[in-house]
Amino acid sequence: MNFSLRRAWAILVKEFLQMRRDRLTLGMVVGVPLMQLFLFGFAINLNPKDLPAAVAISDPGPFARSIVAALSNSSYFKIVEQTNDPVHARRLLQEGKVVFVVEIPPNFSRDIVRGQRPDLLIEADATDPAAGSYALAAFNQLAATALRDDLVGPLAGRAQGPPPFNSVSHLLYNPESNTQYNIVPGLLAIILTMTMVLMTCLALTRERERGTYENLIAMPATPLEIMIGKIAPNIAVGAVQSVIILLMARFAFHVPMIGSLGLLAGALAIYVIANLAVGYTFSTIAQSQLQAMQMTTFFLLPAILLSGFAFPFMGMPVWAQWIGEVLPATHFLRIIRGVLLKDNGFAESWPDIWPLLLFTVTMGSIALLRFRRTLD
Amino acid sequence: MSTPLAIDVKGLTKRFGRKVAVDHIDIAVPQGEVWGFLGPNGSGKTTTIRMLCGLLHADEGSGTCLGLDLRTQSEAIKRQVGYMTQKFSFWEDLSIRENLEFVARLYGVADPRRRVDQTLDRLGLTKRQDQLAGQLSGGWKQRMALAACMLHDPRLLLLDEPTAGVDPKARRDFWEEIHALSAQGLTGLVSTHYMDEAERCDRIVYILNGKMVTRGSVAEVIAESGLVTFTLEGDAVRHLVQEIQGKPGVDYAGFFGAALHASGRDRAALEAAIAPYRDRPGLTIFESPPSLEDVFIHLQEEAR
Repeated sequence: MNFSLRRAWAILVKEFLQMRRDRLTLGMVVGVPLMQLFLFGFAINLNPKDLPAAVAISDPGPFARSIVAALSNSSYFKIVEQTNDPVHARRLLQEGKVVFVVEIPPNFSRDIVRGQRPDLLIEADATDPAAGSYALAAFNQLAATALRDDLVGPLAGRAQGPPPFNSVSHLLYNPESNTQYNIVPGLLAIILTMTMVLMTCLALTRERERGTYENLIAMPATPLEIMIGKIAPNIAVGAVQSVIILLMARFAFHVPMIGSLGLLAGALAIYVIANLAVGYTFSTIAQSQLQAMQMTTFFLLPAILLSGFAFPFMGMPVWAQWIGEVLPATHFLRIIRGVLLKDNGFAESWPDIWPLLLFTVTMGSIALLRFRRTLD
Repeated sequence: MSTPLAIDVKGLTKRFGRKVAVDHIDIAVPQGEVWGFLGPNGSGKTTTIRMLCGLLHADEGSGTCLGLDLRTQSEAIKRQVGYMTQKFSFWEDLSIRENLEFVARLYGVADPRRRVDQTLDRLGLTKRQDQLAGQLSGGWKQRMALAACMLHDPRLLLLDEPTAGVDPKARRDFWEEIHALSAQGLTGLVSTHYMDEAERCDRIVYILNGKMVTRGSVAEVIAESGLVTFTLEGDAVRHLVQEIQGKPGVDYAGFFGAALHASGRDRAALEAAIAPYRDRPGLTIFESPPSLEDVFIHLQEEAR
């Protein structure tokens, strides 16, 4: 058969007509990328500033004050807590409330005056090595100059040459700054979001497109029964995926797994259900399978970009962090990194477990409210 | 008041935006009867049936299905009604048996496996039970659909054009089944475009543009129409239809098989219109009782 431009034209015209009919899809194609452009363009920051830090001061002398002031003045650190208890500061690090702990040891001022070059310790949460690297570099810079104004009079000699103290940085939880330790557990979160939402986003849309929806709702099944029946089989799919990815993480990427795997399994179960509920909610809204897929992408991108998976969470503006806090991926990332790398237990994980539970229940309720028992 | 009514609705109305799809329809079907639901495409049959089985909320009107309130007890109604959708709506990627067992379990039928065995056997589907529903031909799909909506022993069947696209033999078998069920006390409301099927119903309801136009037994509907019909037969008849159609007194002229039917309400005018053709060679003209089809086409033409 020879090629006919007229036939190709005829098909083109038909496609345009159909495209124009499907207003919602067209709107999403134009509107969603625009929204994402602004959202991610402003939210993502590869050089994160204002990272939360705690200062543990065991010697409240004038030098300590100067160092705290220098940290506060730098754009990289935001001192959220000052304490005289190093154990408490360490706990904040463990819980992920701060990224850095600066420890000013006992007798810091005295040792400086004596010229004994005491240690100034900065501990960094290196589960996400990228997050803190700029700030760490900045720390060494500003520590060196922080005391310049204090070193006057008899101490003026100390202002010359190397700083009058030793700055020591400890990379906790991931001393070698191995990026894979951070990325691979994160990938589990992202892959699960992608596949789980995809599995259920077609749950009802497919029934609708195939014409079986009418039959389904003509029979005496309640919305809750339908939802549970449609979500449950996918939990098994999620479990299989999780086991495979965790095995690979352990044996191919040598990701340390120092925490409780039972706790991780529990969190995984909630996380998988949370994402299935998202997909199911989409399927109660979408009119066509195409729309359901669009919604899934719409959900997936922020899960990758605003959850702390691809870019440091703490480096995002506050409004973007709030969006991130809504996403299950954000909380699960914290849980899995915490359990695997920091040996976090239930108590440390709970601040991220309850938001997952709340999210799941909320999504499930929305889906049930959205479910139409009639064809109206 | 002899038998209780299986369907008893009054003023049933449904609007989609501005369009009134169903406009104050009253239906009262006594238990154990099979009623035919007729009307042109888009006249509101499907919408009415969907309101009866709780798939659409009625904007106006009230009534009962099997003694249960249409507005407040639609879940209870669902459990006792067998509804067959116009379009095949079973799961094409499941086998016949899997579809039936699924339906049986949803309705909470005791021992679904055995129940499905019996149903398959009764409908002659046992040999095909493992075939995927999507691969079945139209007739078998329809059989399967009927089997499925019978699994839970419903007391009322709402069948929406169950025999559309089904071959004549399968249609006959289907109606045998419906009559057998009705003999056991089952009530049925069956929408159809086939006149022979309408004639097998105890009563028919004819709706047009969402409004009830006529109802009653076939004989009643025909008598009530006041229509007179002449049949013209012969080789020459083929060329006459245009000519006769336009004449005063002829409300409608059209072919029924090879014969031409000319119908009208005004007997004298109609006779005058066909008088010139009486003596034509090769043409036989005689009065015949109007068929249901004559009546319906007449009603439809009249409404235009």
